[in-house]
Amino acid sequence: MVRLITHNLLACHAKGCTTNNFPLEFKDVQVVLRESEFNPEFLRGFMPKIEWPALLGAARELGDTSLPDQLPEMLDDDFLKALHHVLLEIHVEEGIMICPNCQHNYPILNGIPNMLLAEHEIA
Amino acid sequence: MSRPELVAPPEIYYGDIEAKKYTKNTRNQQIQADMTYRALELLNLPPDEPAFLLDIGCGSGLSGEILDEEGYIWTGVDIAPSMLEVALEREVEGDLFLQDIGQGFGFRPGSFDGAISISVLQWLLNAETSHPTSSPPHRLARFFTTLHSSLRNPSRAVFQFYPSSDDQIQLITSIAQKAGFGGGIVVDYPNSKKARKVFLCLYVGGGGGSQQQLPEGLDGEEVDDSKVRFERRRERETAKQGKRGNVKDKHWILKKKELYRKRGKESVPRDSKFTGRKRRPVF
Repeated sequence: MVRLITHNLLACHAKGCTTNNFPLEFKDVQVVLRESEFNPEFLRGFMPKIEWPALLGAARELGDTSLPDQLPEMLDDDFLKALHHVLLEIHVEEGIMICPNCQHNYPILNGIPNMLLAEHEIA
Repeated sequence: MSRPELVAPPEIYYGDIEAKKYTKNTRNQQIQADMTYRALELLNLPPDEPAFLLDIGCGSGLSGEILDEEGYIWTGVDIAPSMLEVALEREVEGDLFLQDIGQGFGFRPGSFDGAISISVLQWLLNAETSHPTSSPPHRLARFFTTLHSSLRNPSRAVFQFYPSSDDQIQLITSIAQKAGFGGGIVVDYPNSKKARKVFLCLYVGGGGGSQQQLPEGLDGEEVDDSKVRFERRRERETAKQGKRGNVKDKHWILKKKELYRKRGKESVPRDSKFTGRKRRPVF
């Protein structure tokens, strides 16, 4: 159940991997769409935290092109609905997330990403 | 009190069987729910903003279910795959991560509006291997520093945990403070053996004019839910009744007739004022 909301917050945490470690790239993904309740206040509150280019990239990678290139000034309902869909309804069930810097693979199984590190990778 | 953290590391202790047992136990569910509500209370989030929370050691989602109910959007991390599997079966709303919190988080700075953790920290206090990154202080330091950076300013993190000694509390709070957190320990019902609960309340930021205040622990008469509920009341009521009512009284007959009607059985006599009455002898 990796939703893009958490993917947008997730960077690599392996030892020494501190720059260019965000966003993790998807590979071989299987996507499931699950509807969830639309909550405009939450989205408004969450907006400042979003790294827009990363979200845009991830959404396009998963085949959703409903988001505009630039973060719009006005947050109208259509935009918030599209954002809600991208952030909270697209679930990545299977696949791999790869750190762009150290190439560490985080496999996703059954919707649960395995974030465990080997002993030598722990900071 | 049992100490499962001394038996095996969490990902092994909570295997398939133990994870199911842990989740199904209604008493455990009750305790976990109570502590989650209390942790949310201590978290003191602004009432009408939907927050994004981190559930550290979410396990099978007992606490996550309550976060769902309360309308929070959340992400959970846990190290036991079997527990996460149960959480998937229970269809909790939050995102789940298989992660060792002692290895630190990779979340971007300021990601979360708060964090809760129910009965987890004590698991960090045992070294599993002799590798330097496996020592409890190292793991705690890594955990608290990465957690501190992934929380928003100002925000709080509330941990309920079972320390086995004051030294453990001392170790945990000192490392948390070194990581930049403010706050401290809140003890609920300090004088009760059973109801005593230790919460670690940590603050990120909140300086300036309104310094964050450490909340008071609950005190006084504990609300004792820990045994079978209503046991005493049941005893009292059966004593009041004297003896049990007749087995096939009016109430019982009505219930049975209702049941038959529901099952679609035909020719169930209709209910009247004579239902269940005793037929008097004619003479």
